[in-house]
Amino acid sequence: MNDVNRTQQEIAARVKALESMMIEQGLVTTEMVDHYVEIYENQVGPQLGAIAVARAWTDPGFKARLLENATEACKELGIGGMQGEHMVVLEDTDDVHHAIVCTLCSCYPWPVLGTPPNWYKEPQYRSRMVREPRKVLAEEFGFSIPDTTEIRVWDSSSEIRYWVLPQRPPGTEGWTEEQLADLVTRDSMIGVGPARAAS
Amino acid sequence: MNGVFDLGGTDGLGRIGPTPAEPPFHHDWEKAAFTMQLGCFRGGWFSIDSFRHGIELMDPVVYLSSPYYEHWLHSFEHHGITKGHLDRAELDRRTQYYLDNPDAPLPAHEPDPELLEFVSAVVSAGAPADRPTDKPIRFQVGDLVRVRSVAPFGHTRMARYVRGKVATVVAHRGSFVFPDASGNERGEDPQHLYTIQFDAAELWGEEHADVNTSTTFDAWDPYIEPVSEHGGVTA
Repeated sequence: MNDVNRTQQEIAARVKALESMMIEQGLVTTEMVDHYVEIYENQVGPQLGAIAVARAWTDPGFKARLLENATEACKELGIGGMQGEHMVVLEDTDDVHHAIVCTLCSCYPWPVLGTPPNWYKEPQYRSRMVREPRKVLAEEFGFSIPDTTEIRVWDSSSEIRYWVLPQRPPGTEGWTEEQLADLVTRDSMIGVGPARAAS
Repeated sequence: MNGVFDLGGTDGLGRIGPTPAEPPFHHDWEKAAFTMQLGCFRGGWFSIDSFRHGIELMDPVVYLSSPYYEHWLHSFEHHGITKGHLDRAELDRRTQYYLDNPDAPLPAHEPDPELLEFVSAVVSAGAPADRPTDKPIRFQVGDLVRVRSVAPFGHTRMARYVRGKVATVVAHRGSFVFPDASGNERGEDPQHLYTIQFDAAELWGEEHADVNTSTTFDAWDPYIEPVSEHGGVTA
């Protein structure tokens, strides 16, 4: 089979062929596929990161621990594991806005955000986010950052997994953690959007 | 290696097309490919670094134009075949069979509770990459450093857009598995890891840089050398 321009049918056949050989070697079962996929379809996703962010917005002690050692702080909430073994949280302020990218592959903090969306893994975001972040945020994500705020882009070139603690939206004084967590989006923890406004 | 996967700063690739939300998997074959990575780890086919290198060795045209999880498939095949876990002719034969018979079943097999426990354990505990070393910490926060201007063959995380550029050390992260060793089948060789910060003007030139922006990059000790206050590299 030609390597170039495989169709979905050709890829699916190749995967099935490889899967059949790995099944015979005892490395994979169909039950294992179902189990593993179920975790990232139903259990691990950005709703977990949102819980941590909402806690940080309401509990200064937790916020301090999160910024000091995100991996350890997230354990308090039962959050952690694969692709989040070494997490570092970046706090947005009026002076600095943070955003994450992986220019070399697709590194992403799975325990708090789940597996990455396709656009995060594709060449366009990876190439441009370090080169013209202000333009990318404004033109591709509709997220305009004032020139007086530094944009700091974190290229995830090692096993450190960065993610963003967005600014708490105004008008949310006295809100519960649950209400606040609903305002925390995947994009706000990547740094390509703000948390949702209070309505 | 200098390859197209090293995308930082590449121009002309077009619009990003972000989505507000996405399902984790867009096709059933992606679910199997996703899981086979854990099977390969369990079978000792690769480390995370050599897994990444298997992707980097893809045909660059295919790399830029193929769906993401197809990248993984190429790495499974590369390591499976080169390390003797897979016979390419047999893989090709089965591929043709499933192409001709897409609904043909996978080989009958028994459930294996150990594999399910393995998945649960890996998901919840992960695989930490920090390792002790007795090598000295060469740099302190605030030090000026220059990324070496070299073009290694094989796997490295020294992206091209930072080579030769001057940055400020903003954190020492501890010592970690060195990808340039692990990704090239040369053991773990732990090295100190630093986060270094570049002003956009240093990376792209004042006239081409977005205003008030910076980029941080995680650099293992061998990637960087000290810079004196006058801009020269110190001995």
